[in-house]
Amino acid sequence: MNEIHTVTVGKTSAPRHALGAATANPRPAATARLQAVGLEKHYRKAQVEIPVLRGVDLSVASGEFLAIIGQSGSGKSTLLHLLGTLDAPDAGEVHFDGRRIDNLPSAKRDALRNKQFGMIFQFYHLLPELSALENVLSPLMIAEGVLGYRRRRAAHTAKATELLHLAGLSHRLKHKPRELSGGEMQRAAIARALIAEPDVLLADEPTGNLDRSTGQEIMRLLRTLNAQRHLTIVMVTHDLAIAEQADRIVRLVEGRVERV
Amino acid sequence: MYKFLLCWRYLRTKYIALASIISVMLGVATMIVVNSVMAGFAHEMQDRLHGILSDLVFEAHSLEGFPDTEWHMQQIRNVAGDDIAGMTPTVAVPAMLSFQYGGNWVTRPVQLIGIDEKTQGQVGDFGKYLQHPENRQQLSFLLREKDYDDRDHTGGDEGRPRPEMARAGWNHRRSVIERHRMIQANGKPAGQELVPGDPFALQGANPAPAQPPAPASEARKVDPFAIREAQGAVFDPLKEQHTGLVMGIALATYRDHGGNDRFLVLPGDDIKLTFPTAGTPPRAIDDAFTVVDFYECKMSEYDNSFVFMPIKKLQELRGMIEPKTGLRYATSIQIRLKDGADGNVVRDKLRAAFPPELYSISTWRDKQGALLAAVQMETAILNVLLFLIIAVAGFGILAIFFMIVVEKTRDIGILKSLGASGRGIMGIFLGYGLSLGLVGSGGGLALGLLFVVYINQIADVLSRITGQQVFDPTIYYFYKIPTIIDFTTIAGIVLGALVIAVLASVLPARRAASLHPVEALRYE
Repeated sequence: MNEIHTVTVGKTSAPRHALGAATANPRPAATARLQAVGLEKHYRKAQVEIPVLRGVDLSVASGEFLAIIGQSGSGKSTLLHLLGTLDAPDAGEVHFDGRRIDNLPSAKRDALRNKQFGMIFQFYHLLPELSALENVLSPLMIAEGVLGYRRRRAAHTAKATELLHLAGLSHRLKHKPRELSGGEMQRAAIARALIAEPDVLLADEPTGNLDRSTGQEIMRLLRTLNAQRHLTIVMVTHDLAIAEQADRIVRLVEGRVERV
Repeated sequence: MYKFLLCWRYLRTKYIALASIISVMLGVATMIVVNSVMAGFAHEMQDRLHGILSDLVFEAHSLEGFPDTEWHMQQIRNVAGDDIAGMTPTVAVPAMLSFQYGGNWVTRPVQLIGIDEKTQGQVGDFGKYLQHPENRQQLSFLLREKDYDDRDHTGGDEGRPRPEMARAGWNHRRSVIERHRMIQANGKPAGQELVPGDPFALQGANPAPAQPPAPASEARKVDPFAIREAQGAVFDPLKEQHTGLVMGIALATYRDHGGNDRFLVLPGDDIKLTFPTAGTPPRAIDDAFTVVDFYECKMSEYDNSFVFMPIKKLQELRGMIEPKTGLRYATSIQIRLKDGADGNVVRDKLRAAFPPELYSISTWRDKQGALLAAVQMETAILNVLLFLIIAVAGFGILAIFFMIVVEKTRDIGILKSLGASGRGIMGIFLGYGLSLGLVGSGGGLALGLLFVVYINQIADVLSRITGQQVFDPTIYYFYKIPTIIDFTTIAGIVLGALVIAVLASVLPARRAASLHPVEALRYE
């Protein structure tokens, strides 16, 4: 197996050797909100196995703002997808609040993504048919059936409106994504990620498609959320200037974590 | 919740799906139209057939018939009296009908049917197909003075006027005879139109007792003129008529290019019938008759061949009365059943009671089985073919859905990243297929029903545009395209279209559900 680099920054994450009988059944640290243990992931391209992650150990404390940086192709997005249970690792484990989540049945993982994780992406990934408000509401629509949703619609709409207000989009509620600027779309996407009051926000290059000043606005919003709501944020970026605004930086190099 | 919202949004924003909606719509509309028209046709035909034929027909195999109709009717009553509403004996024989028109003799093969004018109305809708309003109430074989319908009353509102019929009746008879007499009086040769004294002459212009010798024919023996001569009576066509006769209207008319009926013969004219006697071997006899009315059931097969005359006269002429006992023969007994009686059950009862080597007993459906079955088969085949159209529309949905799934790959990834389950994603596309089917079949339903309701107007417009008659009344003998809207059939069609739409969306929906969220998100 590959050698494992463990990153220990801050008080919250435990070093690799402190995990007890680690190789057999590694136990996550009690205070870690999200933890990756020995994550490996390969992609198969035309019969050739391409390793993307070669054993990543990572621990994110509750309320921490972690930045993962790396060259393109270093596997940082893949890591984020594994953390968010969008993808399953070939080896290794993902733990959330001390529970292993990467091997949960799909319904449980769907629920986890719906409620515990909020995700934002480089290309915003708003649904083009829905207005900003509806996009923000969509996680709640997914979580609830027609009747339940209709019963609580007023409360939901109020909450979504408030989040959009927080994101500075009060005047754009009814606008479709194509009528919004990049920064506005990203702010709408952040509002969507927050609507279900998640524990963790997973951000994949949130500023990657924005100019510097707009990117700074997004970062300011994320910092505010981290500071005021104690939202745990894991952000992937290739931009060191952006990454430096996080509490802690982890560098991925060729599928392994490198100390910064 | 998001499934409904997205279905609704996709329905409103994806115009490419309109293509599949339209194909579903057209398929459904076509099926509704075809089924309604075919049902209308079948119903109209059954209605007419049933009106013409009685519920049950009790027939002898031979043209000679069976003796003592009263006894037979009593026996039938004994067997199935509870189910029988009315009975009438008839005599049916093939015959030749001849009349003169434009100086030529026109001869046509006909089915001559002797009916009892009193009871015929009890076994079928015979009366309503006649042209004189009083004959419709109660048939009389005596020529009416006037007031024959001068428009096609069975054609409903669309019935064409028939101005020539206004002349029909005694007026017509008198004017024709007077004209002939005038020609005679002026000493002009009668020409080919009138051979004086010829028994075939329409109106004996000179009914002198001294008839020229008739052609050497056995039939002469029963010639009414001969009988009258023997009795010393003088037949005055101005005041008298021959035996009354109701003639199928198509025998007496032709359709001109405008679809109007032109008459070769009118009530009041005399014609000639030649038919076989009952003996063995049969001999041909002929007699003169006066047309008193026309029979028009709009089934050209019948309008073209039926000629009705009083059964008693026919029995006399054919020698169907036993000389000693005076018992009369008939070739068939028409039976009308009471409402609700099952024709097949009564038929089987009668079949069990009467020896099959002597009698054939059949329901009207049996009689027209081939025709009815043909219509039914046509409908079935058309339905299969048309359903294939909807199936093709289904494949259209399939293809378009695959396209939409590909186009929406990233959105599917987004929804999964937001926690939507594969089943939920599948639900979106199944629901989308269902709503496409609903919109398509709803539109098709509306379109089809509109088409059916206005089908005659549409046919008219099409005729005007193309200059060709879309629905030619000379073929079917009705002016309107008959339609019946059967809601069970329509419900079946709509349901079938929905099922196809949903089935066609199953594959794309499954594909959408199985998309890997990461790959879907990465999809550009």
